[in-house]
Amino acid sequence: MSNLRGNKVRNAVFAIVGLIAMLVSSLTLLALIAALAMDGSSRFSSHFFFSFPSRFPEEAGILSAWVGTSLVMLVTACTAIPLGIAAAVYLEEYGSKNWLTDLIEINIANLAGVPSIVYGLMALGLFVYQFHWGSSILTAGLTLALLILPMVIITTREAIRTVPPSIREAAFALGASKWQTVHDHVLPYSLGGILTGLIIALSRAIGESAPLMTIGALSFVAFLPHPPLQQEFPFLSFQWLMDPFAALPIQTFNWISRPQEEFHLNAAAAGLVLLVMTLAMNALAITVRARFRKRLQW
Amino acid sequence: MGTRVPLLDLSHEAGLRTLSQTMTGERTLRRIREWAIEKILLLAALVSIAITAGIVGLLLYESLVFFQAVSIVDFFTDTQWTPLFADAHYGILPLVAGTLVTTAIALLVALPLGTVTAVYLSEYASPRVGEVMKPFLELLSAVPTVVYGYFALLFVTPMLQKIFPGLPGFNMLSAGLVIGIMIVPYISSMSEDAMRAVPMHVREGSYAMGATCFQTAFRAIIPSALSGIAAAYVLGISRAIGETMVVAIAAGMQPTLTWNPTQPAETMTAYIVQVSMGDLPHGSIGYQTIFVTGLMLFLMTLVFNIAGHILKKRLRRTA
Repeated sequence: MSNLRGNKVRNAVFAIVGLIAMLVSSLTLLALIAALAMDGSSRFSSHFFFSFPSRFPEEAGILSAWVGTSLVMLVTACTAIPLGIAAAVYLEEYGSKNWLTDLIEINIANLAGVPSIVYGLMALGLFVYQFHWGSSILTAGLTLALLILPMVIITTREAIRTVPPSIREAAFALGASKWQTVHDHVLPYSLGGILTGLIIALSRAIGESAPLMTIGALSFVAFLPHPPLQQEFPFLSFQWLMDPFAALPIQTFNWISRPQEEFHLNAAAAGLVLLVMTLAMNALAITVRARFRKRLQW
Repeated sequence: MGTRVPLLDLSHEAGLRTLSQTMTGERTLRRIREWAIEKILLLAALVSIAITAGIVGLLLYESLVFFQAVSIVDFFTDTQWTPLFADAHYGILPLVAGTLVTTAIALLVALPLGTVTAVYLSEYASPRVGEVMKPFLELLSAVPTVVYGYFALLFVTPMLQKIFPGLPGFNMLSAGLVIGIMIVPYISSMSEDAMRAVPMHVREGSYAMGATCFQTAFRAIIPSALSGIAAAYVLGISRAIGETMVVAIAAGMQPTLTWNPTQPAETMTAYIVQVSMGDLPHGSIGYQTIFVTGLMLFLMTLVFNIAGHILKKRLRRTA
C-alpha cells in the first residue's frame, strides 16, 4: 500500500519538476528580453538608426550595420534558397537510392552540425585568399549561404515528404513529365513547409557573428556600400558586392567588448534590434506554418 | 444537304506527317529538357559535397604546413598556448580544457532541463500546452548568440557575483550556464519527438498494468525511445563544443590551463575569434594556428555528429 502511495507521490512530484523545468527556460528567455529592453531602449531614436558608429557612445548609430546586414542577407537568400530547394528536390524526387545519394545524405547531416566558425575558416581560406574577394559583402553572403544550406535542404526535404504519393501518381497518369509534376504539384503543395524552413534558416543567418568575424568583417564602418541602383545606364550596379561591410551582430559584439559602460547600452540597443528581427521572423514562420496547415487537408 | 466529311482526308496526309514529326521533335525536346533539369538539380545536391571537401581540404592543408614547424607531440603535450608571443608555445591543451569545461557546465544544465521538459511535454502536458510551449521554447535557440553573450557577461555574471563574491568578471561558469539554456530546445524537442514516436500501445499496456504516468514515462517510454534521446544528447554536445560568441564574450580570452569553472579561460572557438579580430598576415604561423584549432574543433564535433546520425537512423528503424 505504501508503495502505491510512493508511486503516486513520485508521479505528482515529477509533474511539478516538469513545470519548474519549463519555467526556468521560459523565465531565462523573458529575463534576457527584459534585460536588453531595459538597457537598450534609452538609446532608441531615429538618430540611432540613421547614424554611423562613433567614438562617442551617445552619437553612435547602426546605419552601416543594418544596411550591411540587409545586403549580406540578400546575397545569402539569393544563393541558399535556389541551391537548397534544388538539392532537396533532387534527393527526394530524382535521386535513386545508391551510394552517391547515401553519401550526400550523410554529408548533409554532418554539415548541419559543423560549428559555424569552421565555415568562417573555410571562407577565409577559399573566398578571401584563394578567390581574392577580400572581406566583402559577396564573401560574407556566400559564407552564410553555405552555412544555412544544410538546414534549408533538410527542412525542404521534410516539407516535400509530406506530399502524398497519390498526387504524383495522378500527375504521371495524365502524362505529366517528372519536372512538370514537381514544378506544378509537389512544390506548390509543400510551399508552406518550405517557406517556414527558409524563414527560420534566414533568421539564423541574420544573427550569426562568428563566421563573419573570421572572414575579417570590419567593426568600425563609417560609410555605406555603393548603391545597387544608379542614374545612368544600365541602372543596376553590382559594385556593392565587393565593398567592405559592417553587420549588426559584429557591431553589437564590438560595443560589448568596449570597457566603457556607455557603449554597453549601445550594445543592448543593437542586440535588441537583432533580437526583434529574429523573433519576428520566427513568429512569421509559425503563422505561415499554421496558415498553410489549415488550408491543406488531404 | 450534308456533305460527308471523310474521317481521314487523304489530301492532308502530308500535313499529318509533319505534325507527327513535330510531335516527336517536341518529345525529344522535352526529353532533353528533363535530362538537363535533372543534371542541374544533381549539381545543386553535389554542392554540399564540395563544401565538405573545401572545409576538410583547407583545414588539412594549413595544418600540414603548421605541423612542419611544430612537432605534433608538443602540440598535444605542451601546457602553454602562446603562439603570438616571442616565446611561442603551441600546446592545444589549455584551449581543449576551456572547451571541455564550458561544454560540461552547459550539459549539466541542458541535459536535465531538456529531458524533463521533453518527458513533461510528451507524457504529462495536454496537447494544447504542448502546442504553445514547444514553439516558445524553440525561440531559445533562435536568439542570436551575440545577444546570449551580452546576457552572460552583463546579466548572469553580476548575478553570480552576488552569490560567489570574488568571481572574476570573465569566467567559464556563466558562459557555460548560458550555453546550457541555449541548447535546451535542441535536446528537448528531439527527445520529445523520439518519445512521441513510441507506439501508443506501449503506453496503454503500461497504464493497463496500473502504472502511473511517471512509471510509464521512465520504465516504458524512455527505454523505447533511448536511441532518439541519445541522438539528441550527442547533437547537443556537438552544439555546445562549437558555440563561439558566448564564450568569446563572457569567458575571457586568456589561454590558461585550468579545470576550475570560476576562472577565466579561452576555448578553441574563442581563440579563432580572437585571432580574427587582429590582422594576421596570410601564411604566417599565427594564421595557420587558427586552422589547426579549427581542425581539432571539426574532428571533435564530427565524432558526435556521426554518432548522432547513426543513433537517429537506428531510431527510425525501431520506431
